[in-house]
Amino acid sequence: MAQPLVKKDDDRDDEADYSPFLGIEKGAVLQEARVFNDPQLDPRRCSQVITKLLYLLNQGESFTKVEATEVFFAVTKLFQSRDIGLRRMVYMMIKELSPSADEVIIVTSSLMKDMTSKTDMYRANAIRVLCRITDGTLLTQIERYLKQAIVDKNPVVASAALVSGIHLLQTNPEIVKRWSNEVQEAVQSRAALVQFHALALLHQIRQNDRLAVNKLVTSLTRGSVRSPLAQCLLIRYTSQVIRESANNTQTGDRPFYDFLEGCLRHKAEMVIFEAARAITELNGVTSRELTPAITVLQLFLSSSKPVLRFAAVRTLNKVAMTHPMAVTNCNIDMESLISDQNRSIATLAITTLLKTGNESSVDRLMKQITNFMSDIADEFKIVVVEAIRSLCLKFPLKHRSLMNFLSNILREEGGFEYKKAIVDSIVILIRDIPEAKESGLLHLCEFIEDCEFTYLSTQILHFLGIEGPKTSDPSKYIRYIYNRVHLENATVRAGAVSTLAKFGAMVDSLKPRIFVLLRRCVFDNDDEVRDRATLYLNTLGGDGAVVETGEDVKDFLFGSLDIPLVNLENSLKNYEASEEPFDINSVPREVKTQPLAEKKAPGKKPTGLGAPPPGPPSTVDAYEKLLSSIPEFANFGKLFKSSAPVELTEAETEYAVNVVKHIFDGHVVFQYNCTNTIPEQLLENVIVVVDASEAEEFAEVASKPLRSLPYDSPGQTFVAFEKPEGVPAVGKFSNMLRFIVKEVDPSTGEAEDDGVEDEYQLEDLEVVAADYMLKVGVSNFRNAWESMGADFERVDEYGLGPRDSLAEAVNAVINLLGMQPCEGTEVVPNNSRSHTCLLSGVYIGNVKVLVRLQFGLDGPKDVAMKLAVRSEDEVVSDAIHEIVASG
Amino acid sequence: MSRFFSSMDSCPAIKNILILDSEGKRVAVKYYSDEWPTNSSRLAFEKSLFTKSLKSNARNEAEISMFDSNIVIYKFVQDLHFFVTGGDEENELILASMLQGLYDAVALLLRGTVDKREALENLDLILLCIDEIVDQGMILETDANVLAGKVAIQNMDVSAPLSEQTISQALASAREHLTRTLLK
Repeated sequence: MAQPLVKKDDDRDDEADYSPFLGIEKGAVLQEARVFNDPQLDPRRCSQVITKLLYLLNQGESFTKVEATEVFFAVTKLFQSRDIGLRRMVYMMIKELSPSADEVIIVTSSLMKDMTSKTDMYRANAIRVLCRITDGTLLTQIERYLKQAIVDKNPVVASAALVSGIHLLQTNPEIVKRWSNEVQEAVQSRAALVQFHALALLHQIRQNDRLAVNKLVTSLTRGSVRSPLAQCLLIRYTSQVIRESANNTQTGDRPFYDFLEGCLRHKAEMVIFEAARAITELNGVTSRELTPAITVLQLFLSSSKPVLRFAAVRTLNKVAMTHPMAVTNCNIDMESLISDQNRSIATLAITTLLKTGNESSVDRLMKQITNFMSDIADEFKIVVVEAIRSLCLKFPLKHRSLMNFLSNILREEGGFEYKKAIVDSIVILIRDIPEAKESGLLHLCEFIEDCEFTYLSTQILHFLGIEGPKTSDPSKYIRYIYNRVHLENATVRAGAVSTLAKFGAMVDSLKPRIFVLLRRCVFDNDDEVRDRATLYLNTLGGDGAVVETGEDVKDFLFGSLDIPLVNLENSLKNYEASEEPFDINSVPREVKTQPLAEKKAPGKKPTGLGAPPPGPPSTVDAYEKLLSSIPEFANFGKLFKSSAPVELTEAETEYAVNVVKHIFDGHVVFQYNCTNTIPEQLLENVIVVVDASEAEEFAEVASKPLRSLPYDSPGQTFVAFEKPEGVPAVGKFSNMLRFIVKEVDPSTGEAEDDGVEDEYQLEDLEVVAADYMLKVGVSNFRNAWESMGADFERVDEYGLGPRDSLAEAVNAVINLLGMQPCEGTEVVPNNSRSHTCLLSGVYIGNVKVLVRLQFGLDGPKDVAMKLAVRSEDEVVSDAIHEIVASG
Repeated sequence: MSRFFSSMDSCPAIKNILILDSEGKRVAVKYYSDEWPTNSSRLAFEKSLFTKSLKSNARNEAEISMFDSNIVIYKFVQDLHFFVTGGDEENELILASMLQGLYDAVALLLRGTVDKREALENLDLILLCIDEIVDQGMILETDANVLAGKVAIQNMDVSAPLSEQTISQALASAREHLTRTLLK
């Protein structure tokens, strides 16, 4: 389409190049601006110069401070002219220059005069300019006029005042809030846009007053709002009210639903769409409520306007994630959209279809998609690949055609991100669908034969090393792997060597042949490749005999590193080269919980390859450093876990204290973080006196007082307890802060010499079972669960009694156990009646624990739970049950 | 400006209005959101937006695309490319009505000849039109006739008395232009 146009341009080349601003230059235009100072103003000429100045600004040219000031003062002269067109340009120019506070004064009086002028156009524009450049002090002077303007009979003036009010509300809320009577009157205006602006401002003024918003919505939904834009706003406000009131009214019909449904019959498309979208986004929407909204969206799908089709298919795509059945009616219309000219619409249609499709339609769908894939951009292709992956997981029987599709597109042209998405998908399918394994591995093998991305090649080689030896005929992969040793760069070659060695270690019958290959690698010209080959040859028993490789050798070479890489990296950074070798056991194993923000990041999908995403640098290191620097605690051994800080004081008290529980094998150290919030006091010899009479198994062994605690600079004091080694002892401790307080002269900051002893009661502290549990995630729960075996499995059922919601119950149990939720199972979908949650962790004594929780709603509120625990030690499995039973 | 965008999530907001030529160069642009704080970030946005939209057929009906989690609606007329950008949660049809209002008003002001040359020669009208359609991100007016009427005032005889009469005359002539373009 663009083609003929370009041609046309060429034909009239010189004409197209013509521009009234050809060769324009800032310096010259600034010179020209001197005409603003002429005693006899030429309005036409002045307008032209302003246009040129605006053109320059629009092209991205900027004025220096001096230039801007000069232009501004010159422009203010133009208020003398009575030319209405010139005045419009002056208004625009002032807004563009955004003058500073001291410059504003120059134009204030002129603008205020215009604001009270008889000409509506002057009034409207002067209001907008004045409100744009004004500050709070001036606002009180003009407030009276603004209030009048809001109810002005000219809609342009009223809108100008209302929109200015919306902006001023951000800077001067207390003033704008005084206008609510006038604004309320304007909501009733007959002019469409005035109504829209007034409604927006009124809602802004009242948005923190839930009752007032509720009243506003109630009255307006009954009346007739004329403007479509205002109606859209009203729909948004109504959904807010519905959202907030949903918690209170559990029974009966949803309030205001009838209003939303009524809006589906509005004559303006934007209102219909707004209402349909609002309905689909209702919390826990039922299929009965959805139906009318889906029906109008379906009509939009066949509209001639791309915007309507896009809006509808985008909304339906979202609905398909939560209510796929509700969208199936639209499938026929969706299928015709696959050939839509607008590729965004086509992609959305395809991914929606993939979500809603049933097993029988998969093959037909794949055929359509194959044609479509060739002419869309990579970013769309990635979306499609991800949708296909989830489809395949949903219908494992269809893995053959879906896997074929993936391998076909893998062979086509594409960028890294796209190829990675495909490879990730294949890897996930191989892991989760056993039948797909062999064909999937072969597809990957073929891919690395001709893969330009080193990262993908090494990742695939690594994956082959894990999965390949377990297949029925491992030998067929060797050729592909060994080819890499010949044809690739050093990184890939090293990866291939490791993979070969893995085959050798796992499959004894292949060992002699693998050794032949490895020996050739010893002559590689890259030292890493040679090193690896030599290492493997020596550790695996280089004589080439068919012997079984020892478990510990395998573990050493190929065992997974069960410490988070981030922690390892931090520890290595802290390690100072010395006689003492680096001890890998000293690396903390705790996984820090991922910040929520990361989970919300769009398009974040579980990655199939590589390590789990690294967590943020942990505070564990900091604690460990701190504790090991205190001689009293130095012989406690390795820190097992540090809890999150627990507050022991209410907010805003004289002294703020929280505590961190450090768990060692045979000891517990409480670290009290104290803050003195009184400027007139200096605390000295601060210590926490702990009464452990309700914690029988604990005995106090050491404490470290805090010498001095000045105002607002936090300090720590420690108390250490001994407890039976390796036993998850629990108990309750009461705490008393004891210190010497000295008065401080606030003016000099000097403390008096004499102090008074004083005490301050803190809240109690408990050591609970969860303190002995490390949050350590596993990347594939099913595999971990299977390999753990059922030897020490303990299963029991519990009634959790009435709960607010299923999610609340799930959270409570997770917190009770202090374990790491796996595979996102801590999130409970809205309205579900049952939920399975997977947890993993390491219990004190380095015992791996996996937990499978099945929750179900029993009656309206009662939650029942089935708890299955697998661990490496039956005592620990029982202990977990005990935690739940006593919690 | 940024405060407007952060606090007004329930109110439709326009992030920018762009009019580019057939090579992606600026004719007139206006940014309301500080998502693009510098001129270079704006130019980069315009360039990639222009390249991405170039292949689409936005001559008869306005087209739409997601772009860096923004919704962009655009329409091409002769050698002019009109764009309106809003957030990704925005009602697409509201943005589309803005674009339609902008385009129709420009067509009225340029008396039906909507191309780059005409637009540059009447740049003051185009800028005034953009000034009247959105105020710091807030939709000010969407009706093309009213928009053109507000801008057209400046074409009136300077000596003529300023009264309601002349404004309605301007409106009438604007309306006449619209009917003419529609009938074409």
